Parts: sequence; C-alpha cells; structure tokens
Amino acid sequence: MLMGRTFSRPERMRMYFKQFVKEIEQLGVNSIGIVLLISFFIGAVITIQIKLNIESPWMPRWTVGYVTREIMLLEFSSSIMCLILAGKVGSNIASELGTMRVTQQIDALEIMGINSASYLILPKIAALVLFIPVLVTVSIFAGIIGAYATCWFGGIMTATNLEYGLQYSFVEWYVWCGIIKSFFFAFIIASVSAFFGYTVEGGSIDVGKASTNSVVSSSALILFADLILTQLLKK
Amino acid sequence: MIEVKSLYKSFDGRDVLKDINAVFENGKTNLIIGQSGSGKTVLMKCIVGLLTPEKGELLYDNRNFLTMGKKEKKLLRSEMGMIFQSAALFDSLPVLENVMFPLNMFSEESLKERTKRAMFCLERVNLKDAAAAFPGEISGGMQKRVAIARAIALNPQYLFCDEPNSGLDPKTSLLIDELIQDITKEYNMTTIINTHDMNSVMGIGEKIYYIYQGNKEWEGTKEDIFTSTNKRLNDFIFASDFFRKVKEVEIQNTSEE
Repeated sequence: MLMGRTFSRPERMRMYFKQFVKEIEQLGVNSIGIVLLISFFIGAVITIQIKLNIESPWMPRWTVGYVTREIMLLEFSSSIMCLILAGKVGSNIASELGTMRVTQQIDALEIMGINSASYLILPKIAALVLFIPVLVTVSIFAGIIGAYATCWFGGIMTATNLEYGLQYSFVEWYVWCGIIKSFFFAFIIASVSAFFGYTVEGGSIDVGKASTNSVVSSSALILFADLILTQLLKK
Repeated sequence: MIEVKSLYKSFDGRDVLKDINAVFENGKTNLIIGQSGSGKTVLMKCIVGLLTPEKGELLYDNRNFLTMGKKEKKLLRSEMGMIFQSAALFDSLPVLENVMFPLNMFSEESLKERTKRAMFCLERVNLKDAAAAFPGEISGGMQKRVAIARAIALNPQYLFCDEPNSGLDPKTSLLIDELIQDITKEYNMTTIINTHDMNSVMGIGEKIYYIYQGNKEWEGTKEDIFTSTNKRLNDFIFASDFFRKVKEVEIQNTSEE
C-alpha cells in the first residue's frame, strides 16, 4: 500500500526533482568516501591474504591478481558493499523519515494535501537506484588500486604479475552482473528503510528501533536476493 | 464554517469520540478544551482528515469532507493551514523556504512573487530578520510564529492549531494567541484551536467546546464560563487557586454592576 502511494504521480515535478538532486548528494555522493576507504583496504587485504595462503611453487604468481579481481567483481563491490551501504544509507533513511514522523512533519505535508509517501520516498529510491552503479564502479576501481598498493608499497609481489592476473581470462559480463545486482539491492535498501522509517509510531526510542530493524531487514533481504540473482545471472 | 455532526471514533473497540456535534464559525477563534486524554486531539485529527471517523458528518461550508472525492479533498486541503504542537517545521530548510514550501507546491506564481508573499507572511509575524535561519537556530516561540506564517502562506479559509502554546512562556503564549486571533479576523478564517491553556481560554475563547471522556460536555463563550454550573467544566477550568479567585472577582464585579 505504501509502495502504491510512493509510485503515484508527483504533484509538482520541479519540487520532486529538487528533492531528487538533494538525495543524490546525501545518499550517493556522501557515500563515496566510505566506499573508497573500505574498498581500497579490502582490495589490499584480499591480495595479501591470497598471496600468503596460496604460496606454492605449483601455483603461478598471477593467480593472486586473478582471484582478487574475481572476488571484487563478483561479490565484494556489489553485494558486500551494498550490505555496508544498508547500514550507512538505510539507517539514514529510516531515522530521517522516523524523526519526520514523530515530529509531525509528515502530518504537516499531509495536511497541505501533499502525498508525503511519494514526495519523501520516491526521490530516495530513484536517487539510490541511479547512483549505486556509480558506487559499485568506484568500489571495483578502489579495490584494484588497493591491490596495486600492496605491490608498490608493500612489495609482496611484482605489479606486473598482479596486472597479468587482473587481466587474465577477463569476463566483461561479471562487471554487468555486479551492476545489475546493485540495482536490486539499492531498491531493497531504499524501500525497506523508508517503510520502517515512515511507519514509526511513538518517540525517539521507536525511531532508533526502526533504524536498527531497517538495517537488519534490508541486509537479510540483500543476502537472499544475492542468492537468487547469482543463480539467475550465471552464464 | 465547519460543522461536525454526530461524529464517532474508536480505537480497538474503545470509543474515543462519542456523538460529537459542533459548529465552528468563521471569523471567530473556536476552542476545543479538555483534559489530557479527553479526545480533543483525536477530534482535531478527524476534522483535518488525519484520522477517519467511524460515523458522522464533517461539513466544510456545506462540503462533506468524508464523502468527497480525492480531487475535491486535495483542493480543500489547499484551503487549510495547520499549526502543530511541535511547530513541525522542515528542519532541513531555512525559515524562508519553510514558508515558501506550500507556495512552491501549489502556487503558479513566479519565484519572485512567491518569495515576496513568503516575506510578507514572515513580516506579518515579525520574523523578517530570521528568514535565513534554520528552525534549529531559533527559539520555540519563533518556530511557532514561522509555523503561523507557513500556515497562512496560501491564504487559507480554515486554520487549525494544535496546542499552539505548549512549551512556551506566558508572555510568548499571549503573543501567539493575539497573533492567531488577529489573523483570524483579518482573513475571516474559521479557526479551531486545541488547547488546555487557561490563559488562552480566557483571552481568545470566542466559542469554546469542552470535551470530557470523548463527549461534548459543554459549549459556550469565555464569558459563559463564569456563570456555568457544569461541575466538570468548573473543576477543569478553575482547578488552580488563581483562576478560582479570578472567578470570585468576576462574579463580584457582575453583581455590583
């Protein structure tokens, strides 16, 4: 029912677009920092771990680059990054809407004759679905730079070996898989968090509960969706 | 004018409003008073459409709010303004943008005209200098005044105030009361104020409805209160020593006249 109201025709396109741009900045652009940071270090750590654990004269050196790439492309930059974003962005959405509910700001919109669900939730869903592929791409690149950093600054292997592995048997479809999955995950994060925030009843404790519930529920749904999407998107 | 006819509302089988009948006239400050939990907020929420009553009629100048279509309802909503207990300003927007919000949503005027109108409303509540501030940066009384400016931005026909003085000092409360009364007269609006502030009752209560346990217990003007024999009303209004003394003086003055 809430989704029905959310996807109904906007009252004033100009105001919705303004809100959409604001959400792009708040939910998307402001998440670039954390995505860069986490992806860089995870890329570096994966490279070190793989190098340490598969060190064998039978195993070619470039395997480290190959495995790092596959992990980043197939799971980390799409699924795990979205789980992290469910925490950051999801709690942000739920607590913002929850606070608006308990301070009667949503009632104020309703009294004015504005479809509050559509005005508040639709720009968030649109902004996150549109911007999350950018974050996934940023994450892939940051992870690979992190992997290179272990060669340049840590000297754990040569950059040439890593580069060979990163390019070895590259399947472009895997990049698309990550991006396609991220669209679904973005929708889950925005809609589930918005539901928990919008339907809050009570006070600040309930806003906190809604925020926690939104993160837990969207994380569980992302994992479940990941399982199904991975099956559906396999070549 | 807003007419409420035989309004019933219940939650989980518990009756919160029982057969409420009331006429809120335009150009007057109509007050709904009652103890906490008496049902006055539920009544206000039913009138503005935030809650749907089980039974009854709700007529806005003979237009039945409960049976009208979505489009009509939307149109009617643009004729309403509301001041919430918590002011309910959008905290991500500065004061001017808050006042401009309903204009941006519904007015076809140019940006210059909308800004001019919003500044006029802010000037009306003596807050022109606070236009650039954010709600979190101004006092509670100022927030209530911004809420009034926002409520009148679209020239509403109907103004609803849910405990507009809650959390304010007596002087600021008086200022808010006077402002609401002045605006009501100026725009000839139908104003309904939900309050349990006795100063408001004695100051601006042109028509008062006393709600007791979901029933309309009494109706009258602020002058009628002094002569009322309704025990529940008297217990509620004259609960403090101060107001009991006010009543004694008022009765004495009337008998001397």
